Amino acid sequence: MANAMRIAALDETAPPSGEVDTPPAAAPVATTLAAGGATHAPVVPVMPRPSGMTQPAGATTAARWGAALRRGLPGLLLGALSIGLLIGFWHLATTHRWVFYIRFTNVPGPVEVFTEAVHLFGDRGFGSHILLSLRRILLGFAVATVLGVTLGLVIGRYKAMRSLLFPAMEVLRPIPAIAWVPISIMLWPTTETSIVFITFIGAFFPILLNTVHGVQSMDAVLVRAARCLGASEFALMTQVVLRGAMPHIFTGLAVGMGVAWVSLIAAEMISGQYGVGYFTWEAYSLIEYANIVVGMVVIGVLGLACSGAIRLLGRVLMPWQSGHGKEN
Amino acid sequence: MTTPPATAAGHIDIRDVSVRFVQNGRPFDAVSSVSLDVKPGEFVSIVGPSGCGKSTLLNIVAGFLRADAGRVTVDGQGISGPGADRGVVFQQYSLFPWLTVRQNVEFGLKMKGVGRMLREARARTLLGLAGLLSFENHYPDQLSGGMKQRVGIVRALATSPQVMLMDEPFGALDAQTRVVMQEILTNMWQQLKLSVLFITHDIEEAIFLSDKVYVMTARPGRIKAEIPIPLPRPRTPDMLSSPAFLSLHRQLRALIREESLAAMGGELKEGGLAGHDWHMGEQSVGAVL
Ligand SMILES: Nc1ncnc2c1ncn2[C@@H]1O[C@H](COP(=O)(O)OP(=O)(O)O)[C@@H](O)[C@H]1O
Ligand SMILES: [Mg+2]
Repeated sequence: MANAMRIAALDETAPPSGEVDTPPAAAPVATTLAAGGATHAPVVPVMPRPSGMTQPAGATTAARWGAALRRGLPGLLLGALSIGLLIGFWHLATTHRWVFYIRFTNVPGPVEVFTEAVHLFGDRGFGSHILLSLRRILLGFAVATVLGVTLGLVIGRYKAMRSLLFPAMEVLRPIPAIAWVPISIMLWPTTETSIVFITFIGAFFPILLNTVHGVQSMDAVLVRAARCLGASEFALMTQVVLRGAMPHIFTGLAVGMGVAWVSLIAAEMISGQYGVGYFTWEAYSLIEYANIVVGMVVIGVLGLACSGAIRLLGRVLMPWQSGHGKEN
Repeated sequence: MTTPPATAAGHIDIRDVSVRFVQNGRPFDAVSSVSLDVKPGEFVSIVGPSGCGKSTLLNIVAGFLRADAGRVTVDGQGISGPGADRGVVFQQYSLFPWLTVRQNVEFGLKMKGVGRMLREARARTLLGLAGLLSFENHYPDQLSGGMKQRVGIVRALATSPQVMLMDEPFGALDAQTRVVMQEILTNMWQQLKLSVLFITHDIEEAIFLSDKVYVMTARPGRIKAEIPIPLPRPRTPDMLSSPAFLSLHRQLRALIREESLAAMGGELKEGGLAGHDWHMGEQSVGAVL
């Protein structure tokens, strides 16, 4: 029924598409908003579909850990080797001050960085940089999540809203968050709010787009089923559309978190007072080279921790996706 | 508007209903002055070639579509949209993947504002009837197709509708599962005294389940025949080979075959056999079948 259009529909959603019962495969809508295109890869797995399994995995916890360890051990060893090689190369390059087009002359070595890090973590100042950056990320990301998911649900579900709001979003979307820095400083009364705003901008679009995509790729029969069961429009939104779009929303959150960090660090470096981005840049200005690397590593670890937290949250909120994903 | 009799509810009345759709810019009648009724407690099937408007008709009763002409009532009330007074079972699996089996069954009751304890009790009773109690905490992805469809039926029954609308609910199941599902369905139907409007393209299934079978014509869909099924209840699988069953089967098969040929002939004509005469088309189709 190509180009089919119905006249007398009471329903907002598309007609059921016949025999197909597999939900559409989820594809993350990645956006490259970050300066330098450093978008984190989407990390949330979407809709694993185990084949007709009828019993949840019955193995004991201990046995499962054992098996997982045995399966994971070669991987762990290789992982340690990989990181060891990286640090080894770094050590050699800096101790011998290699110069072959790139120059390791002024780059601090791992031992130097490690001692400096130990020193820094004893210092209260450094901790407050970290806390401030985390606060900015959490604020910006929280606002982006609330707005992005709400708008995404509305835009995804109502055609009129889509026509009204989407063009404006499409115009703003390609502007990288960093490009907002000057305007942001003018817009907001304090530097602090403008940095949070930059973080928000970074996270907002991936979250919005993935939410819209999630709503639209939801199986329309679920909405019909809910309406037959007496769901009001509000209940439909909160208990069906939101839940159905959840896997995609989490993809958006993971991507958004990555972009938020990129945006935050850049904003802190450019306009900043305090924060790990500022700390790293300042270390360069003050010729405290070891601190640059400490800052970089801390940024990496914080980014990783935030993505991990989102993945964990996803697993807690979507037990139907993981609980039975891996059979023995 | 007639007032429904107090004891027997669940009367579906479809009067002179027509539906037009637009396809490729051209309007056409998908359903043309169809009248049929399902009396309280009756099991009625509609059979007909694919594309004849069976789902369209059911979607009108369910409240997803509005008829362009005619009148549809359930117990004298017009239909203004979908609602829990009419249970619907879809051909596609339509369980909410994020809810467990029991939570799926409770969904309609939750929408009604029924308290947690009552909801849980009712869901467990119904799941027990359908032999699914031990799966109450499973997610739909962990169930087989037949189980999913059984949960779908139980979920539709949870709000105690007087009317069940089923659109080829067993279409995606294998033959053995189908037979079992048919028996489970007739059992539940007899215990709960519902009216059922059931769509299928399987003649045997229609006869086995129904009190009455309507045959529809190919596009535009009209009622071609109304066949009462006087077989005794309860029905058992060995009836499938009884003379009465076989004669009904023959009768229905002949009616449907005519319409399928008409439907395919029509498509062949549209599909570029314009130069050939009509009988050529029909004969070649007949030879293939
Ligand atoms: N929303 C729609 N818009 C346009 N045409 C439609 C729509 N829904 C169904 N049709 C067409 O109406 C006819 C009847 O469809 P349907 O009721 O689904 O048939 P059946 O269930 O008997 O196979 C088909 O030709 C189908 O292509
Ligand atoms: Mg159909």
